[in-house]
Amino acid sequence: MKKSVFLGALTLAGLAAGTAMAQDSSTLAAVKDRGTLRCGVNPGTPGFAAPDASGEFVGFDVDVCRAVAAAVLGDSEAVEYTPLTSAVRFTALASGEVDLLARNTTWTFTRDVDLKNTFVGVNYYDGQGFMVPKDLGVSSARELSGATVCIETGTTTELNLADYFRVNNMEYEPVPVESFTEAQTQFLAGACDVYTTDASALAASRASFENPEGYVVLPEIISKEPLGPLVRHGDDNWGDIVRWSLNAMIAAEEYGVTSANAAELANGTDNPEINRLLGVEGELGAMLGLENDWALNIITQVGNYGESFEKNIGENTPVGLARGLNAQWTEGGLIYSPPFR
Amino acid sequence: MTTMTDPPNDQGFRLSQLIYDTRYRSATIQVIALIAFMVIAAFLVRNTITNLSALGKDIDFGFLFSRAAYDINQKLIPYSSNDPHWRAALVGLLNTLLVAILGCILATVIGVVAGVLRLSNNWLTARIMTVYVESFRNIPVLLWILAFMAVLSESLPSPRAFRGEEAEASMWLWNTIAVTNRGTYIPAPVWGPGSAIVVVIFLLSLLAIWAFGKWSQRRFEATGHLLPNFWIKLAILVGPTLLVYLLLGRPVAFSLPELAGFNFSGGIHLRNSMLALWLALSFYTGAFIAEIVRSGILAISKGQTEAAYALGLRPSRTMNLVILPQALRVIIPPLISQYLNLTKNSSLALAVGYMDLRSTLGGTTLNTTGRELESMLLMMLIYLVVSLVISSGMNFYNKTVRLKER
Repeated sequence: MKKSVFLGALTLAGLAAGTAMAQDSSTLAAVKDRGTLRCGVNPGTPGFAAPDASGEFVGFDVDVCRAVAAAVLGDSEAVEYTPLTSAVRFTALASGEVDLLARNTTWTFTRDVDLKNTFVGVNYYDGQGFMVPKDLGVSSARELSGATVCIETGTTTELNLADYFRVNNMEYEPVPVESFTEAQTQFLAGACDVYTTDASALAASRASFENPEGYVVLPEIISKEPLGPLVRHGDDNWGDIVRWSLNAMIAAEEYGVTSANAAELANGTDNPEINRLLGVEGELGAMLGLENDWALNIITQVGNYGESFEKNIGENTPVGLARGLNAQWTEGGLIYSPPFR
Repeated sequence: MTTMTDPPNDQGFRLSQLIYDTRYRSATIQVIALIAFMVIAAFLVRNTITNLSALGKDIDFGFLFSRAAYDINQKLIPYSSNDPHWRAALVGLLNTLLVAILGCILATVIGVVAGVLRLSNNWLTARIMTVYVESFRNIPVLLWILAFMAVLSESLPSPRAFRGEEAEASMWLWNTIAVTNRGTYIPAPVWGPGSAIVVVIFLLSLLAIWAFGKWSQRRFEATGHLLPNFWIKLAILVGPTLLVYLLLGRPVAFSLPELAGFNFSGGIHLRNSMLALWLALSFYTGAFIAEIVRSGILAISKGQTEAAYALGLRPSRTMNLVILPQALRVIIPPLISQYLNLTKNSSLALAVGYMDLRSTLGGTTLNTTGRELESMLLMMLIYLVVSLVISSGMNFYNKTVRLKER
């Protein structure tokens, strides 16, 4: 009889565990308990997310992770990075392996609605482009009929590519590869004529080549690729925290708050919006369930949107991207934060 | 034998008998095990459904009928990006089966040759085979696939190298085969008028070879005289077909690969991803098959060889007629497992960008639709069915070579 009692107890314990697992506890509480933020990033796109010489992840997307860690835990270094291929990223997020995905992911209807993700904003407005070796003598994507194209599987670029070539009655030979690095290896070995992905990643990739002048990025941009961080459905408070962490960086640039002057401005200014952002006035932090200096931590530890852009992918970096669409709305770009009030 | 002396137990059935009475104990244990199994299964299913609904997801296979929107480079049946996901999965499945079948054939050839040669009296040959078997058996197959791919794409010339007056690279075999880092292009047959007759003649000669083999075997058993079977079969295979081909004025032409635009066009394109996967799987599984063949041969008593030699049979004939047929009984059962392993290992294809079932249904489809659970379940089901089919087919073959007990 002992055995069946034991089995019964085991079953009950199992069922209890199952119920506990089924309840989605608050991500904010989980992150605070753990003391680190788990962030899913690209395994290696120079400028956006790539390990530096000391093995630490750095980049424009990585700064989103750091900003959220600074807001929630007060320490931008308290992040555990999980490098994810494009094929496994959504599964990793849905299963709770990461709290947040900041991995140049295109915001699409299906991913938002059907895959039950919550895109919290756009940190880079991108479009899909093509890169070819210069000695191929191609100057437009319309001349690419019959070409062999390296493409990362499971990305929106794969779908855009199929549509673009079909609509323009051109043929191509897709060479599916699993990661950005492998695509580069294949492309450099001449196993494909064309490498296609988001224009920003093309620039990043070209920057890492031994001979960047030997390659050209074709002028055609064949799609809209708004890239941004995302979280799971069902935890709205956590979504708000990530959304407003990104907005805090954007607003800080607009108001001229930088990592250098933020601490000084936090003593109080004439601009009530800056005061609310930096926690001098109002209780915006408390509304998110955070300390009132959450945005101040972001700006002093990570910097504002423009600083992060210039440091990681701006024109003075090897990636060398112009602000373009990603300039502030006041400068004619699309970067815009809703008001802090 | 003995009469029952104890009066029958009229106390009736007591609950403790379920455990202490050997008549009931095994049934009790089985019932408890069944209940435990069902509870665990129910727990897993319930937990999955609860967690999925907590995430706001449901289980729905409807995505299979929506537009796939991605292209597949190697397709054995017509497919375009406008076709639904199930058709993409079918294209992937056919690619899986193609590489599995080609792999099983090549692995068997390699394995039998290597297994026999490893027992060779030639010291060097035997050692080389030992090195081959041990190195392939002890390194993970994924590394071999990547290594083959790296060799193919890094060391071979790209199509651009074939261009120009003073090209760096040239085609093989009188300009008929182009070996590039995108794959190998071989001539493709172009079926002209009258080519059907050639094909029919060819099929008929295959039938004739089979019939001749039967007849020759019966003649041998009746008279003991052996015909030069191999040469006669070769003559039947080549002779009539060639004759008809020439008589009809060469109806089957060959389209040769030539440089056009970015790539070679014409001919059949064997992609490097497929070649790398095929070769790596074949050499890897071949090493295991070599060991199976070796063990099968060693299982046959040495007396059989000595007896065959005593009858004056040559070593090659001894191997073919005496040793291998008996060894097959030992070889076939483990060989089935190797065929299954090869088929399942082909799911590593994504590593080199070969669009098999894992890369279509379990890769791009899974990714773009986000239906992980459904895709995975479907994929597991398909691999299970494929494996069971291979296994039952091979078991049927095993029955025909098994020792006939009369």
